Amino acid sequence: MLRLFWCILSRDLTLALRRGTDVLTSLFFFVIVVSLFPLGVGTEREVLQTLGPGVVWVAALLASMLALERLFAADHVDGTLEQMLLTDQPRALLVLAKITAHWLLTGLPLVLIAPLVGMQYHLTGAAVGVMMLTLLIGTPVLSLLGAIGAALTLGLRGGGILLALLILPLYIPVLVYGAGAIDVAATVSVADTRPYFELLGAFLLVTLVFAPVAAAAALKISLE
Amino acid sequence: MSDFFAQGGYAFFVWGAYGMTALLLVIEVLQLRARQRTIRARLGRLMRIRDAGANDQ
Amino acid sequence: MALNWFKFASPASFYPIAGRLVPAFWIITLILLGLGLYWGFFETADRLGGSNAQKEYYRIIFIHVPAAWMSMWLYVVMVGWAAIGLVFNTRLSFMMANAVAPTGAIFTFLALWTGAFWGRPSWGTYWDWDPRLTSELVLFFLYIGYIALHSAIDDVRRADRAAALLAIVGLIMVPVIFWSINCPDPNQCAALHQRSDLTQIDANILFAMLAMTFGFWTYSFATSFMRLRGIILQRESESAWVRDLLDTGDKA
Repeated sequence: MLRLFWCILSRDLTLALRRGTDVLTSLFFFVIVVSLFPLGVGTEREVLQTLGPGVVWVAALLASMLALERLFAADHVDGTLEQMLLTDQPRALLVLAKITAHWLLTGLPLVLIAPLVGMQYHLTGAAVGVMMLTLLIGTPVLSLLGAIGAALTLGLRGGGILLALLILPLYIPVLVYGAGAIDVAATVSVADTRPYFELLGAFLLVTLVFAPVAAAAALKISLE
Repeated sequence: MSDFFAQGGYAFFVWGAYGMTALLLVIEVLQLRARQRTIRARLGRLMRIRDAGANDQ
Repeated sequence: MALNWFKFASPASFYPIAGRLVPAFWIITLILLGLGLYWGFFETADRLGGSNAQKEYYRIIFIHVPAAWMSMWLYVVMVGWAAIGLVFNTRLSFMMANAVAPTGAIFTFLALWTGAFWGRPSWGTYWDWDPRLTSELVLFFLYIGYIALHSAIDDVRRADRAAALLAIVGLIMVPVIFWSINCPDPNQCAALHQRSDLTQIDANILFAMLAMTFGFWTYSFATSFMRLRGIILQRESESAWVRDLLDTGDKA
């Protein structure tokens, strides 16, 4: 079982890294969105400090959602996906491996770039630390939930915009508590962010268990 | 009577809310009736075409 | 219980049943809505006292609350039919879920619209990020997502199942989403809406509100059955019974 997981994971990572640009596009999308906000709302320090947490999280939602379309698309087009699902390996595990690879390529870079964004929005060091941690726990939830939407819209024309419509409402809890934790760390104290992390952690555990199963069921429906 | 329509000066809000409700519900019903008619007309046409084709043979 | 439920579960046998039920539901709907409106406008006080005085505009309650209740209830009904469809693989259940969705979306929109028209005189603003209004907005997005996904897929079987799965995931997420909107700070929950308690409502107002609620409910039955008949005709247009039906030219 674990061998299957590693096999798919390393395959997906190798394929993506060989092309390289896929990783960079969603990362730069995130950076551009975050950099455009100050140009729109003005560059006053207080405004940016208030808006920062929300902007970072909304940008992260959009970046992770835009990358979702590619989660199953390439394997679907060349028929690999169907072959994979025909094997008698557990489908949910297979999907989980693909989601993990996808998160390592699109979610993890956002976590690593976060300090840069913190500088742009004049966030305190503690707030930046909390921001990185919320992104680290929260972006996997986005990938996991998004995988369900990606599987449902597999191969549809206009699938990308439809995916946004289906998935963004489901991202609300992560957005609320992810941005909330950064806000609390910036304005109150880091110690008070604990309940936020407990909730985000709970979301991660629950989606980790159920989302791959749902996504596998969705894939089965889409490929029948 | 005009007292009733004035709703104590809140006519815009009360009738705005009730008006939109009435409008949407009526539109929904009319649209459903129109759709049912279109479907039946189309199916009827299809059948006449099929019958005509059968008679020709 | 010799009743064979699966007999009614076939579109061919349910089509005429729905046709006969629709007029009955319309009659009940008209009676209930007429009663509710009469009672709401003529048997209730113009102004409500108490700590939070409400003037005539509170009468929006007679459509706002029933519309909000129906919007949530119809989502549950829709998911229920979708789940039955996935489990038992019955075509009619998926069609039911499809028939309910647009009516549910309309009630969600009406709850938002009437909420805005009530909010303006009582809170001084059309829109506020009140937890319940925001939740209702999210529910509206969920309905739109369901309808959009279904209409984007050409293959009916896949569309039915994909939309059903989405609806079920949505229903599981709804409590979490509503909770997160209601309690953005985990240590305390905010609420602009007053806590509601049906027993504290004046009997006349409660009566009008319940009459309107049941009226909207039977309205939903009537419109979903009408829509269901359209869906059945469209999907079964190739089958023998539809041809017989058109030949005999039934009026229903």
